[in-house]
Amino acid sequence: MVKGKNKASNKINYSNTVSINNLSHFYGRNENKKQVLNNVNLSIQKSELVLLKGPSGCGKTTLLTLIGALRTCQSGNLTVLNNQLNGASRKTRQKLRRSIGMIFQGHNLLRCLTAEQNVQMGSDLIKGLTYLQRREIARNWLSAVGLEEHYKKLPSDLSGGQKQRVAIARALSANPKLLLADEPTSALDSVTGREIVTLLRKLAKEQRCSVFMVTHDPRISDMADRILNMEDGKIFSTHSELV
Amino acid sequence: MNFSFLKFRKIPLAWLLLTRQPLRLIVAIAGISFAGILMFMQLGFRDGLFDTSVTIHKLLDADLVLISPRSKSSISMSGFPKRRLIQTLALDEVEKTAPVNLNYLLWRNPENLKTRSILALGFNPSDSLLLNDGFSRKAYSLNNPGRVLFDKLSRPEFGPIEEWFLSGQKIETEVAGKRVIVAGLVELGPSFGADGNLITSRETFLRLFPANPRGSIEIGLVKLRKGSNPEFVSKILNNSLPNDVRVLTKNQFIEFEKNYWKNSTAIGFIFSLGALMGFVVGCVVVYQILYSDVTDHLPEYATLLAMGYKLNSLFFVVAREGFLLALFGYLPAYFSGQILYSIIRQSTRLPIIMDADKTILIFILVLIMCMGSAGIAMRKLVDADPAEIF
Repeated sequence: MVKGKNKASNKINYSNTVSINNLSHFYGRNENKKQVLNNVNLSIQKSELVLLKGPSGCGKTTLLTLIGALRTCQSGNLTVLNNQLNGASRKTRQKLRRSIGMIFQGHNLLRCLTAEQNVQMGSDLIKGLTYLQRREIARNWLSAVGLEEHYKKLPSDLSGGQKQRVAIARALSANPKLLLADEPTSALDSVTGREIVTLLRKLAKEQRCSVFMVTHDPRISDMADRILNMEDGKIFSTHSELV
Repeated sequence: MNFSFLKFRKIPLAWLLLTRQPLRLIVAIAGISFAGILMFMQLGFRDGLFDTSVTIHKLLDADLVLISPRSKSSISMSGFPKRRLIQTLALDEVEKTAPVNLNYLLWRNPENLKTRSILALGFNPSDSLLLNDGFSRKAYSLNNPGRVLFDKLSRPEFGPIEEWFLSGQKIETEVAGKRVIVAGLVELGPSFGADGNLITSRETFLRLFPANPRGSIEIGLVKLRKGSNPEFVSKILNNSLPNDVRVLTKNQFIEFEKNYWKNSTAIGFIFSLGALMGFVVGCVVVYQILYSDVTDHLPEYATLLAMGYKLNSLFFVVAREGFLLALFGYLPAYFSGQILYSIIRQSTRLPIIMDADKTILIFILVLIMCMGSAGIAMRKLVDADPAEIF
């Protein structure tokens, strides 16, 4: 596989992937103000695969978007890939996002692009590579998620599970140092789901990429390094070495 | 040729976004083309009408033209002393001159005997008046008194002169109440000021219009020696001749006439307004297409922002869509314009042509239309919130 160097990533010292101290977050204003995260403390180490579980509305996705530098941090400290996100500019957050792979529950593929082109939109973010090298990266990742026969298909011609695998390949194609995933296996059958998580785990170990995954899928719990539970905006228990 | 840039090309996202829905793309192209055609037609009519006012001006065989400073246009020419034209021969650069009388006289239709105003030009048949091939041979016949050359492109109200002449019939009629014989046909074309034209000798002209002093002319044509600079010579002459005459280059004389019609009539305003309407229609069409395109793809744009793409790079995608629409919309408009111009030329004899100025101007207008609309549609992109896609 062709591997490109992400310049933005090279500047960062990845000793501690994510560090969160007393992170709180609110939606709304005045009497409509609602706290969704309440003094969350968390750290994710290199190569760790961490699962986050919790009921709907407990703040999992908000935490994911804050770590993914998609929202501005309101209160507490949040450091991702050695970037302090409190008061970080839009440009800093945009640059940081290039080092973070994101897998969305609703795959969000570009409908006008083929599977290969969708994945290449990820590898296009790697600087210094030619078109053919970026395409090769895309094809390799599509093969890795079992879609080597479907390069040229549009999302409308793929099943829900196949679309999700394309989205996973896209997230991985940019050589991320941190992978954030929101229910990545929900649309996959158990075998494929485990294959994908195995792939993510392998990536985490081999490329020292941390994986933070929101999931309700019990079929993959045994593959995590850590499982966190969240309720009412708090991470109330941590099970290390659960399995 | 170096094609190394192709090695680092990106996925043509703008193109793929546009072509994903072919029907919408066709509607967009049709809308832009319609706006383009509208602009081509309006500006074509405007320029065509202005060009008709200078049909004769363009045909004059001269590098410099002398007129009276009191002249406003071909429909309002004043006389100046003929000796001013002779004085120009003092310059080495001047090769020859030709005095021309010009006025509106009443032509009697030989068929129904009704009279109508016609533009009459009087010159010495031995001089060179027009650039037309074969004109000097026809002009020779004007040496006989009472002979005129009739403009066969004149409006039909002057009578079936061409038809009768070609059938070999002798055409006798009256101009300003005096008998004339049509000795030949020329091709000049009607203009704003004149529905028809005739050319005759100065002698005949002065006989038809005896009120005109013999020593007074309306136009003085000056032909310069090869290699002379008309602008430079006109400056010298303007400085050296008295103030009762004004020296223009041929192009300045053409502009002098056009400016009169531009500034003294609403034609320019009306047709420019028509072109503006086309521009506005095009803006609305392109904006609607691009706005709905951006809205439709907003979650996808948000995904790209979440992946680390810059907002500016997404702006460029929309801008490229605008550029592609401009290109695809302009080409059909250009070719349709060519066809329509040809039809109009044949049916109305209006000199409506697709010149480089118009071609470039309308492409720039279409480009501004599409890029401007894309710029407004880009504001919607700011609504793409990557945090909302999780």
